[in-house]
Amino acid sequence: MAREVNWERNHDPVGIWNGRGKAVLIGRGHSPTDRRWDGETLEKSLGAYMMIAVQNALDDVGIGLDDVDGIIGSAGGQGNGAPLSDVWGPRPYFDAPYDSEDGLTHVTGQWLRQQMGFKNLRYINNHGDPVWNLIGQAAQAIADGRAETVVVTYPNGNLPGRYHQDPSNEARGPAVWPNTWGWGLSGQGFTFNQYCQKYGTNHDRMAPFVVQERKNGLLWEHSYYAQHEPGEFTEEDYLNGRMIARDLSIFDCDRPVLAAAAYVMTTAAKAQDMKQKPVYILDHTESQFTPRSLVQTIDDTEEWTDIQAQRSYNGSGLKPEDIDVFAPYDGFAVFTQYYIEAFGWRGVKRGEAHDFYAGDISLKGPNPLNSGGGNMGTGRMRTVFITDPLEQLQGRAGDRQITTKAEVAVTHGVLPITAGTVVMSTSPD
Amino acid sequence: MARPIVPVPDPVSQPFWDACNEGKLIVQYCSICDRRQYPPEATCRDCGFDFHLSWQETSGRAKIVGYSITYDSRLVQWHPLQPFLNVIVALEEDPVINFHTNLIDDFGTNLTEEPDIPIGATCEVQFVEAAPGRMIPEWKIVK
Repeated sequence: MAREVNWERNHDPVGIWNGRGKAVLIGRGHSPTDRRWDGETLEKSLGAYMMIAVQNALDDVGIGLDDVDGIIGSAGGQGNGAPLSDVWGPRPYFDAPYDSEDGLTHVTGQWLRQQMGFKNLRYINNHGDPVWNLIGQAAQAIADGRAETVVVTYPNGNLPGRYHQDPSNEARGPAVWPNTWGWGLSGQGFTFNQYCQKYGTNHDRMAPFVVQERKNGLLWEHSYYAQHEPGEFTEEDYLNGRMIARDLSIFDCDRPVLAAAAYVMTTAAKAQDMKQKPVYILDHTESQFTPRSLVQTIDDTEEWTDIQAQRSYNGSGLKPEDIDVFAPYDGFAVFTQYYIEAFGWRGVKRGEAHDFYAGDISLKGPNPLNSGGGNMGTGRMRTVFITDPLEQLQGRAGDRQITTKAEVAVTHGVLPITAGTVVMSTSPD
Repeated sequence: MARPIVPVPDPVSQPFWDACNEGKLIVQYCSICDRRQYPPEATCRDCGFDFHLSWQETSGRAKIVGYSITYDSRLVQWHPLQPFLNVIVALEEDPVINFHTNLIDDFGTNLTEEPDIPIGATCEVQFVEAAPGRMIPEWKIVK
């Protein structure tokens, strides 16, 4: 099973996708959501949680292991197999089969095949990517006939201690250019600072958006906050958040958590025999950019997000007014405004996102933005950006179900510099 | 003053750091694409080749385009200096090219209040010693 590359739709003009309506997203499964793995309790490792999520996804649509012929995943949540979190090792591992990070802080398709007993796999790809790209890749594989029923896996880990701390007093390779001057999350703060300068706005005007996301997230059973911190989060809380890198406060940064999710994708024909309503993939597009120079500026950000939004519209044939459910990523809350403005959802133009936030973006209102709560409302899983649009279109979002039309959804992430957009619909046409 | 993190040159960046030690700010230049490039890379980002890449000295003058203040860095060596200033300056003769600076006058001062950073202000490069024998570019606002 070869490692497949160059499957992305990332060169303009992409044209209407020739797989439109052939692939279906139909089921989802989640593990429990914890703050961290303690490094000792195997039944709470990322591997164990990934198996729980896969089984839940299969149960969700009423199929068994033998019905699956493909696994597409991100072993650690990031591209090229890199971990989204820090890794547990290297150190002496547990007894077999735990002889590496696989099954602990990474989870490959091969490991899942061994542990769960998949017998009919003919397509495994772990090369990894953020979850939007994995859904796109699975849709492409199904549309091209490489697999018929695929499980998409997305594990995200978090370990004891502070996240991604770097103790080095030397910088090498690409790290030379930021680390020498102490540049880190300041990158997001800088771009947002430029945005505020350009459009005459400020950090405090983010409050209605972040507070609404937390409200939405508290209604999602897999949210870290719903499970562990169900209290109300107010605008005052947001405004009092300690600064991490101006103008980025602790409440603009997603909270690292330990959780796994899995999705069942299949052909339109096979979906007819499964328990849930099919949600058809109308299009997937991707992009990868580089800054003009050292630092990503607001000009870079707006150019890249404009290109990707237009690419998605060209690939799906849709217009902004066709999008009922919109799920733009918020791993840093300051990302979302760039995406809303690029896609022009609900007519929002450049510089208008904060005015939009000040209006009615509630679940039951006319503009239910990120109805799943995004990462700010659920923790750093990213998977709410797939699960919520799926559930909204299937009409099983429960208390989160929006009251406006839910027939076409667009989910978009991860960064302005590297993005994937998936368009899904209740109809294959 | 010693810097928290010292850059270690590699074959691609060595000419840049050597120039810093000589008091010059150089960037790459691709003659076929007619574009400057910073940070240095093995090939031109536009054409993808190294055939036409050379080094070009700059004026070292730049304008402030934005800033951030770091309160909680993931870079442990910088923690004692928090909160500290991160400024981006764009090269005067080619504003596409931008650089990091902590602004010399504010470096290592543990900011007690937010500075009033003048966006658009002109700065001049100066070279400071990050470690013995390793100079790095920093910028100072032209008063």
